[in-house]
Amino acid sequence: MKPPTDTDTLTAPVDTAAVENPAVGIDQTAGNFSYKVDYAFDAGTGLSEDTVRYISSVKKEAPWILEFRLAALKKFFAMPMPTHWATKDLENIDFQKIRYYLSQGQKPKRTWDEVPDDIKKTFERLGIPEQERKFLAGVEAQFDSEAAYSNIKEIVAKQGVIFVNSTEGLREHPELFKKFFGKVIPTGDNKFSALNSAVFSGGSFIYVPKGVKVAQPLQAYFRINAENFGQFERTLIICDEGAEVTYMEGCTAPKFSTSTLHSAVVELVALKGAKIQYITVQNWANNVFNLVTKRGIAHEDAEIKWIDCNIGSRLTMKYPGVVLKGERARGEVISIALANDGQHQDTGAKMIHAANNTTSNIVAKSISVGQGRSTYRGVVHIPKHLKGCKNNTECDALLINTNSRTDTYPAITVRGDKNSTQHEASVSKVSEDMIFYMQQRGLTEGQAMSLAVNGFINDLARQFPMEYSVELKRLIDLEMEGSVG
Amino acid sequence: MSSLVIQDLHVSIGEKPIVKGLTLTINSGEVHAIMGPNGTGKSTLSKAIAGHPDYTITSGDVLVDGGSILAQEADERARAGIFLAFQYPSEIPGVSIANFLRAAQQARMAEGEEIDASAYYKRLYSKMDLLKIDRKFTSRAVNDGFSGGEKKRCEILQMAMLEPKFALMDETDSGLDIDALRIVADGVNTMRGPNLGVLLITHYQRLLDYIVPDHVHVMYDGRIVKSGDKSLALELEAKGYDWIKKELAATTA
Repeated sequence: MKPPTDTDTLTAPVDTAAVENPAVGIDQTAGNFSYKVDYAFDAGTGLSEDTVRYISSVKKEAPWILEFRLAALKKFFAMPMPTHWATKDLENIDFQKIRYYLSQGQKPKRTWDEVPDDIKKTFERLGIPEQERKFLAGVEAQFDSEAAYSNIKEIVAKQGVIFVNSTEGLREHPELFKKFFGKVIPTGDNKFSALNSAVFSGGSFIYVPKGVKVAQPLQAYFRINAENFGQFERTLIICDEGAEVTYMEGCTAPKFSTSTLHSAVVELVALKGAKIQYITVQNWANNVFNLVTKRGIAHEDAEIKWIDCNIGSRLTMKYPGVVLKGERARGEVISIALANDGQHQDTGAKMIHAANNTTSNIVAKSISVGQGRSTYRGVVHIPKHLKGCKNNTECDALLINTNSRTDTYPAITVRGDKNSTQHEASVSKVSEDMIFYMQQRGLTEGQAMSLAVNGFINDLARQFPMEYSVELKRLIDLEMEGSVG
Repeated sequence: MSSLVIQDLHVSIGEKPIVKGLTLTINSGEVHAIMGPNGTGKSTLSKAIAGHPDYTITSGDVLVDGGSILAQEADERARAGIFLAFQYPSEIPGVSIANFLRAAQQARMAEGEEIDASAYYKRLYSKMDLLKIDRKFTSRAVNDGFSGGEKKRCEILQMAMLEPKFALMDETDSGLDIDALRIVADGVNTMRGPNLGVLLITHYQRLLDYIVPDHVHVMYDGRIVKSGDKSLALELEAKGYDWIKKELAATTA
């Protein structure tokens, strides 16, 4: 058995105060845990051509996939960090100290005793079932819900739906997936899509046949994807003409991770008249860099809706986008972000109109608590030759404490005289009068703040499936308790 | 039987004294009206008793059942049975009336006890029917987009649901037309009884035709200067506040 190795470390010293977050995070710098490691497939730390070849050979991939990966790796090394517009915190990522592949079933573990009390308390407060707590806390490597998972797969398989992971998707159904793989988000789109394209593993590949409307959200009963340890998930969802599907990932409970870099790529393709709804709730521990590229292409009369909730991580950079390629296509992004001490949620949306009579809607609400920082970046692009296009953007920020921070960077380019766009933004704090009013009805200050904050995101939270919105509310209660006083 | 005793209370906003030595006792079952010209400290009095952070009590005391409440936070005082019907109720976007009241009720229950949902809704609907508030309002955000009259009716609904020991009603009649006034008054009168003490703060006599007080006090320059029964209100209506000012000038001269 190989000796234990360290977790991924960062070069720059990490501010302990920033990383520690009693409500949600885990203080990974304290090194107060150790774990046994038993790797059957371990690419080791560091990134090179060998790493990529190793991953590809373990997965027994076809040559074209290896080519794809290697080309991506070249691009990755060639591209600079985007710190000219993004936060300089990115410079703290040391790519050579990260482990890029670990085979499933051999993830590092720790004992329940080693799990910090705050984390246990959070699970308690969120009402997380016993079994799931161990998985989330990193005590168990895998959530054993194979039964539930395969049950869903059977049900939808009867409708002809293909629902597999990325490796299987590319190996068993290249004729379906190769057409769109890497086309919605080209390798060179940004440095991190290049990285993902080189080392991707896990994620879901889904194909829904013509006219099939998948009744229940995929992953509904399997909130914790066995592959969710995946740092470099690759997801591709294709809805054929007239098909409909909802996909959900993540959970509100804080997720333990030994890896500090998570960089996923999600590509969606909604063909004529199809509808895809993609729901994400992200609550990575406070040491994680979560850099994700998500984009969908909506064809004629199709709809793509991203519902995105970001609660965790040290830094999240994510701008779900829709390219409105066919006439009357519709794109929507609903985004909720919560940034507490030591966190920076840098999120937003991209709407690229490429056909007449397309509409896009962005509603983004952010909450900054303590020293947390929320940033909204929105791109809306409507070129001159298009007609009848409409965009509506609303971004609202709520600042809880006097040292909380929010920034908004809208980048709206609308040309032509037959298109319209509307942008509304607000920044507010919870008024003292409102808090006093609620206290006068018997609620403590903390309870009043929670209600006010939940009220702020209510319209959006209602669009989440119920189990998420219930947990989300509880999580906010917890965060608000810590913020008051 | 409970008592709310206000003892020589002095309240300031920042450096400025507003209430300058007010003494009053309200027992359960009694309705006291306080009338007076604008700026004389009526609202300040109610907010200070409720524990609003902007108001400083510089001397004097407020006691509920013999115990001072001045060290208690606003929410503690509320749970001890004090209810303030606001003159300008706040809006709470995104929080429905049903959820808000349920949270308020839950806050008064012991740790681990849960509200019985169907009993709660039954009660809520019956109070809403009484106050002629459309049942659809349960899902509307508290006071969000409400007219003045609707806000005032919402205050009374909350009072009905929370069943306080003492209700401080701050200019509840302002902005109400006759019909709304009647509904509000009916609501309050239904709650009247041996378990409730009411402090009715009003500018106009009109409300007192509908909610008939046991005692009327006139407040001027931060103090109660005259007390009487309901006929005092009528006298005040007939003679105006100038009459009080003249009387005071005469006695202090």
